[in-house]
Amino acid sequence: MNTVSCPECEAEITLDASTEVGEIIVCSDCGVDLEVTGLDPAEVNLAPMEQEDWGE
Amino acid sequence: MMPKRLRIGVIYSRVRVEEKWIFGALEKRGLDYDRLDDRGISFDLQNPAAWSAFDAVLERSISYTSGLYSLRMLNAFGITTVNTAKVAEICGDKLMTSAALARAGVPQPHSATAFTPEAALEAIEAFGYPVVLKPVVGSWGRLLAKINDRDAAEALLEHKAMLGSVQHSVFYIQEYIKKPGRDIRAIMVGDRVLTAIYRKSDHWITNTARGGEGEICPITPEIEALCLRAAQAVGSGVLAVDLVEHPEKGLLVNEVNHTMEFHTAQPISGVNIADEIVNYVLEVAKK
Repeated sequence: MNTVSCPECEAEITLDASTEVGEIIVCSDCGVDLEVTGLDPAEVNLAPMEQEDWGE
Repeated sequence: MMPKRLRIGVIYSRVRVEEKWIFGALEKRGLDYDRLDDRGISFDLQNPAAWSAFDAVLERSISYTSGLYSLRMLNAFGITTVNTAKVAEICGDKLMTSAALARAGVPQPHSATAFTPEAALEAIEAFGYPVVLKPVVGSWGRLLAKINDRDAAEALLEHKAMLGSVQHSVFYIQEYIKKPGRDIRAIMVGDRVLTAIYRKSDHWITNTARGGEGEICPITPEIEALCLRAAQAVGSGVLAVDLVEHPEKGLLVNEVNHTMEFHTAQPISGVNIADEIVNYVLEVAKK
């Protein structure tokens, strides 16, 4: 099971089996957006802040 | 002779659920594809060989700027892209979209532009209140402003001119439409309307990124014809056409999006939009 520690609040987060690198997950404890940067070993970083030209 | 094996590139910023579905659709077909994180790519103008290997590149950047310039580079190298740089140029800029729709005679909300607060205020006064001010580039309902009176208009225009980037002094003014608590998003691939949903909200901004809820919308002949005209006006491709129901003017094209999200439309409609996008990419890659 892939678990990581939230870089903001240190909560332990378990990554879903279908999680992919580049995916954004939300820390269930502090609510911060995290980007999955690795799976073997599991790694997350704070997700980039939304920019003005982001969207669809 | 064995048919040539296609190689597809997907430029992305984040693996949202849409990208997961698109990657899944590519993998299901056993296709060669590369995931190209836009934070790690570069374009050597003297050496396009690294990119020439792709038969087509699908652009799914979250950043409009990165996506647009990637498409411009790729098209300059002669590489097929979905969408084309031309389509992205038009769809990513609301004023360019309005201009393309106007040129094609596609019904749309009344809009105007001005480049100074004074000229914008004059234009706003001519519209009457309320009126909507939008940034020319931007999504997810961000920085949209409904202006109810002259005091608000003066304050907002001054703030935009003083605090915003130069682009915020391209004032895009649109009539405020009393829509029936919803708008319509139609997903298009080429000249086909795949599905349409109502985006419902009590707020005047009905974008699902702002909490609007989705519900299936029957594709009437009128919706289909209007979407087709809008798609043709901006150059066609993989698009989301946003329509509003004007109480007097009827259906109007409000926006056309070129890297649309469809996390609401796909599950509600049951249409495999990701699969249709991949089909389209393969179709243009073979040309």
